[in-house]
Parts: sequence; structure tokens; C-alpha cells
Amino acid sequence: MTKRFNTGYKITVIILSILVAMLIGAVILIAIGADVLKTYLVILTEPLKNKIGITEVLLRMIPLTIVALGITVAYRSGIINIGAEGQMAIGILATTAIALLFPNLPSYVLIPFAILAGALGGAFWGFIPGFLKAKLEVSELLSTVMLNYIAAQLYTFFLRGPMLDPAELTMGSGTPQSMRLTRNLDLTRLIPGTRLHSGIFIAIALALLIYLLLWKTSYGFKMRAAGAQERAARYGGINVPKYLIIAMVISGAFAGMAGAIEIAGVHRRAIEGVTSGYGFSGIVVALFGGLHPAGILPAAFFFGLLLYGADMTQRLVGVPANMVQVLQGVIILVIVSSKMILANPYLQQRVETKWLALTKQSRKEVQA
Amino acid sequence: MEHTTRTINSLRVEHITKRFPGVLACDDISLSIGKGEVLALVGENGAGKTTLMNVLMGLYHPDEGKIFINDEEVHFKSPNDAFACGIGMVHQQYMLVPNMTVLENIALGYKQAWKGLKLDLALVRRQVKDVIGKYGLTVDPDAYIWQLSVGEQQRVELVKTLCLGARFLILDEPTSALTPQETDELIVLLKRMAGELSIIFISHKLQEVKDLSSKVAILRHGKVVFQGTTSDHSSSDIAALMTGHEVVLPHNTGEACCLGPMLQLKNLKARSDRGFLALDDLSLYVCKGEIVGLAGVSGNGQRELAEVINGLRHVESGQILFDGQDIANFTPAQVIDAGMGYIPEERNTEGIVPSFSMKENFILKDSTSSQFNRHAFLNNKEIDRNANELREKFDIRSPNIEVAAGSLSGGNIQKVILAREISRNPKFLIAVYPTRGLDMGAAEFIHKQLLQKRNEGVGILLISEELDEITNLSDQVAVIFKGKIQKVLPSSKASRRRLGILMAGVKDDEEI
Repeated sequence: MTKRFNTGYKITVIILSILVAMLIGAVILIAIGADVLKTYLVILTEPLKNKIGITEVLLRMIPLTIVALGITVAYRSGIINIGAEGQMAIGILATTAIALLFPNLPSYVLIPFAILAGALGGAFWGFIPGFLKAKLEVSELLSTVMLNYIAAQLYTFFLRGPMLDPAELTMGSGTPQSMRLTRNLDLTRLIPGTRLHSGIFIAIALALLIYLLLWKTSYGFKMRAAGAQERAARYGGINVPKYLIIAMVISGAFAGMAGAIEIAGVHRRAIEGVTSGYGFSGIVVALFGGLHPAGILPAAFFFGLLLYGADMTQRLVGVPANMVQVLQGVIILVIVSSKMILANPYLQQRVETKWLALTKQSRKEVQA
Repeated sequence: MEHTTRTINSLRVEHITKRFPGVLACDDISLSIGKGEVLALVGENGAGKTTLMNVLMGLYHPDEGKIFINDEEVHFKSPNDAFACGIGMVHQQYMLVPNMTVLENIALGYKQAWKGLKLDLALVRRQVKDVIGKYGLTVDPDAYIWQLSVGEQQRVELVKTLCLGARFLILDEPTSALTPQETDELIVLLKRMAGELSIIFISHKLQEVKDLSSKVAILRHGKVVFQGTTSDHSSSDIAALMTGHEVVLPHNTGEACCLGPMLQLKNLKARSDRGFLALDDLSLYVCKGEIVGLAGVSGNGQRELAEVINGLRHVESGQILFDGQDIANFTPAQVIDAGMGYIPEERNTEGIVPSFSMKENFILKDSTSSQFNRHAFLNNKEIDRNANELREKFDIRSPNIEVAAGSLSGGNIQKVILAREISRNPKFLIAVYPTRGLDMGAAEFIHKQLLQKRNEGVGILLISEELDEITNLSDQVAVIFKGKIQKVLPSSKASRRRLGILMAGVKDDEEI
């Protein structure tokens, strides 16, 4: 009973925090003169009304999930990775390079190879702040954010220079993008007429993998110990700096993979703006999902819904899609506050007593 | 609530009951204290003492029961209400701002001195002087908090509470962080104050209960099991009532014999966090099957010594020979693998991962051992079995093995650490303040376990400030002062007086 109550309590608090966030969002919507009810209705229901809408939500769920899983590994190990955006960009560059260099490899070799390259690229970009933190105590908040800028410039440099589509040169339009990558890299589209690709299975498999890693293996045990109480971990003989670096490498690798899969599954070429804030939204998804794969999957779906729904509001109600970013910010604030509520066992006790009293009463009424 | 300055002639609580998730913390408690009385509130960890005091302070609302001051019922909605009635509390953790002076700290809470944005420090100074003069407290109002020792900080807390108008003092384990000398001073001071104030103090140490209190109330499992006049009862009576059984702290009765050195420290030098030499050419050895008690006022290098041996602090020079092998500057994992057990000083932040479950904490050092691990995957069945076995064997009181270790009481946390360290079958054990803040029952248990390990041939370095603990358990007593060993003497020759002199840094010449 208590355990069931516990889970129920947590879910209720999270749902309440969504409602509070939406209320605060409503104030902003009123301020810009929008129709609040209609806007929310569009965001939350319009995408789910047809096949295309649903698949587009699922499509956005893929990078969100993978990035959030990586963030979770870092967060649980005591390091906050805000650099997923940059790690994703480097991952995309690595994947693109492989695809450009080996266009004739068969799919079953090229796809794993390219995704691995993306993972390695992201891992390298995650290793830098991890190493700096472990060895020199450089704050990861600073280093990851700064590396985001460097990655963004590198990305632009490669797309405008070495990787620029030769066709753009001849046409002279100069759009910074790579050429259409080889078809051998394409991830299968699952439903004809939609963009949903097989990357969704990779995302779900990775969620399972992270669950096993963090909660079922000794590596995860050590990482979580290092993150939960560094002193005790050190005392227990755990090499905390080593696991910090490993965690950041994994975190970066996941962001890089998210980028690689986004390229192979959706865009099929490296273009500007592929990362489109997934690196940051991933942090929100990870926190919203309770830093646990089982929570991240639904959280990623919810944010996929918000992102796609926001595109629709722009068209249907004339509310700028950026509103979703405002909502995201509000949700982060509300979630952090709701953590305080969750951490208060006395409040929980009071709620439980009242709940028990209520259910007893209603049961009596039913009997009568 | 009106701020009154009336004296408190009596304080009475009736039928106070307070429930927490899964626990009945206070169960129908009734107590009364008159003017000039000192009530000692004793009981094991988790008996409900602190909860009761928090109810008196308005931090918690009782589920049932009433509080009366001067026979008038009062309701405390917040600590401010309790304070307005003249009840002041000095907590175990002092609430002072380190980089402000004593005067500024007191001014922070002194509402009368604030006029808009202007602060009348002169008024505060007068008030502080008044209080200091009245009770003979020695505090320099212009000293910075960080310059003061723990004992001095506590006096600042007292002055602060009194300046703000407290006429009824609650002290939560006031001596737990003090040195023996500071404890004696505090007791003299509180006795003097008791002439004008009523005091409730919480304590585990029966000696000070005898010395200071006029009345004693014993709590067990949230109930008052005994109330009476202190002078009518001996310490051992009180101890027996507290735990529900006769408590005899065990003594080391074994023959002191050296079965060969196990741990040899040679000319160790190491620096503290602040960069000064915390260990200065320290040498000491401990044999197999021997307990060496390391006595000393805390801050003389004890923490650094324990960390250096366990690979948690860099050794500048010197050797640590462990079973013949030099383990100086090994990593913590290597030291653990060499067979070292360590009960650290900070049990809540270093000895356990508080958010981890009890069973996870049991394998903190062994997550990769073949017992709990197969191909990198944790063997949950074995982990559960191990946890249940240890929980039973070490009498750890918790609802189950899944509870977060940090939610356990201090005594039970210490048992978790002890269980882990002992079950790993170490060759040597370092125990730092193993019973600090624990009640008699838990201390008895831990002492017995340490003695049993000694008799099994494990060498133990016991670092403690409790002289009784050291003399009861040790074969040899070493005294540390400013990072050096002052003297090593057999336990039989280590009288309290002699140890006290050595701990103060005076060279011992009794034998010459």
C-alpha cells in the first residue's frame, strides 16, 4: 500500500506541477493577447489527431530520449552536462565525415559505423569537460557551455568549408549544408508517408541499456555513489575522478548518437540548426523524467508533443512557437520547486492519513 | 503573540503526542519544570527527546496535548511564538555567521536595535555587556566567529539566546562537541545560571546529568518511563532505566601481549586542508590483537592521521608499514584491499551514502567482489541475503533493508558502518570517535564488538576524546598533541588526570 501510495504521490505532484506551469504560462499568453484555452488545446490535442501528427511527435521523442539518457548518466554521477548541444554537433560532423568518406559501404556496415563515429565524436566533446573537472576542478557548468560555442563555430566552419555541398558551390547559393549523404546511411522509414524511422527502436533499447548500467551493474553503482555522496564514495575506495570522466564520456556519446541518428533518420545531410535546442530540452526531459529511463520515455513523448504542438499554434492560433521555450523554462522552475515538496515526508504523511481516511469513508459509503 | 518579559515560573506539558511517518515519536508525554530547576532529559537515540523539544520550540505542532506556561495554556504556531514567551534553544549545530563578529551575530536577531535601515550596535553592545556581566560569561564581543573554538562559539550562542530575552533555556546535547575541560567549564556556568533561569538539557552523558540537573526524566520509545529527583538515583540506575536493561560498559580484561606489529607509523608528515603540518614526525605502532587508544583534544591531527592511513590524504614523508608493506600514498582502494577497516569520523557523509539504501551501503566497498558481482552485474540475491544477515546480527533497527541509510538514527547508522567493516574481516580496524553522540545501549554494543575483534587477533587503533572509552577498551594509550605522539603508556597507568595533563601538551615526567 505505502509503496503504491508513494508512486502515486510522486506522479500526482508531477502532474500538479505541469498544471501550475500551464497556469503561469496562461498569464503570459494572456499578456500577449492570445486565446489561452485554444492555444493549450491545440498544443496538447491537435498533434494527436492524425497519423502524421503522432509520428512527428514520436520523431521528436527520439533525440530527446537519447540526449536525456546521457544527461541522466552524468547527473547521477554528480556532474551536470549542459554541453549536449555541442556534443551533438560534433557527433553529426563525425557521422557526416564517415558517410562522405565511405559512401559505398553497405548499409549494415555503414550505419553502425557512422553511429559509432557520432558517439565517439560526442564522447570526445564530453571527455574534455569531464577531464577538466576531474583533474583540475574546472566547473563543468562553464566548460560545457563554452564548448557549446566552440562546437557551433566548428560546425559552421565545416559546413561552409570542407563539407560544403559541391552543388551549392556551382549553384552559388551558398547554403551551408553538406551534400545529400549516401542512401546506404538512411534509417528505414517505418510508416509510409511519414518520417518516423527505426531510430525509435534504438532509443528504446538505449533506455533499457542505461537502466541496466545504472541500477544493475557495479559500474552504475559506483557512478551513482560518486554522484550521491562523493566523500563516502572516495572512502569506499571508488576512484571518483575516473567515474566522473566515464560518466561524461557516456553522456557525450549519447548526445553524439542522438545527432547521428537525427542525420541518418530525418535530414539525411548535415544542415544548420539540426540540434535545434535538443541538447537543452534533453536536460528538461531528464529532470522531468525523474532521472530514470522509465520516466524519461513518457517525458520525452510529452516534450515531443509540446515541440510539435508549438509549431501548430503558430499556424492555427498565431501564437509564436517560442512560447514552448517559455513553457519549458517555467516547467523547470516548477519542477525544482516541486522537488522541495517531494522531499518533505511530513507533508506526505499528512496527505496519506487524509487519503486513507477518505478512502475508508467512501468504502463505508459503498457498503452502506 | 505578545512579546512578554514576565518570568517563567513554571512550564508544563501535558499528554503531548506526536506522530511521524511510521513512528510514534512522542507518546503521551507529561512533564513540568519550575523556576530555577534544571531538568535533564535522557534517553536513547530516537527516544523522542529532540522531537519533544521541537514541539516546545514551536517547530512541530503536537498531534495531541497542551503546553502551559505559568498555568496558562499557550499555542505555538512557529518558533517566534515560543520565543516571544521567553523560551530559547541552543541547538547542536550552532547557527552563527563565521565571518561576522560576535556582536554582529547577536545584532542579527535583535529586533529592538534595528531602526529602519539603521542598526544601533551600541545598544546591542550594552545588552551583551549586561548579560556577560550578569552570568559571568567570558566572550569577546569583537572577536570573529571563525577565530573562536567550539566551546567559545557555544558561549556566544548562549549569550545570543539570553540577549534576545530567553528566560527558559533548552540545550540540545550541549557537551557533545566540547573537550573535557570545556565541558567542566560549561557545567559550572550553567549551574550559576540555573539560579535565575529554568533549563532543560538533553544529554547522553550520565556524569553531567548527575552534576548539573535537579530533576531527571527518562524517555524510551517516546514515553516517559521515569521522572524523579536526580540526587536520589545513581548513574547506573539511570542507565538501566534508559535502556531498559542493566548497562555495563565492557572493559578490556585481556592480557596485553604483542603478537607482532601490524601497523607501524614511522616519522609521518602530512598537511591539513589549511596547509599547516597536521602530522609532524608522528611515530606509533599497533600490534595484532591489541587496541591502542589515541587520546587527544580534537584538532591535534587525529582526522589527518586516519585519512593518511586510509589513502585519503597525501603523505609528505614517512612510512606506513601495514603487515610489513609500506602503504603510504596508496589509493583508498589499495588500502582497503590490503585489509584495512575504517570507521570514519563523519558517519553521515563519509561512512555511508545517505541516499542509498541500507543494503547498497553494505556493499559500498565490495561492489566488484566476486561475492556480489558476476560479470559486472550485481548479484541482488546475495546482496539481499547479506543485508538481512547483517541487519539481524548487528541488531540494526530499521523497517527493512531497503530504507535510505541516511534516514536511520545515528546509532543505527553507526551499526551499519560497523557491520560492513567487521563483516569484511579486516586485518586491522581504525575507529574514529566510534560512539560520539550515541546512547549507552549503542555504545555498549559497539564496545563489545570492538573487544571481540581484538580477541580474534585484529589490531585496532581507537581514536576518541572520551577518556573513559579509551581507558576501558585500550591495551595501550597514546596521547597526540599538535601532530606528535606525546607519550604511549599502558592502560593501567593512564589515569584521567595524567591523560588530561598530557593532552594539554605538558610533557609527562611522572616516570622519571
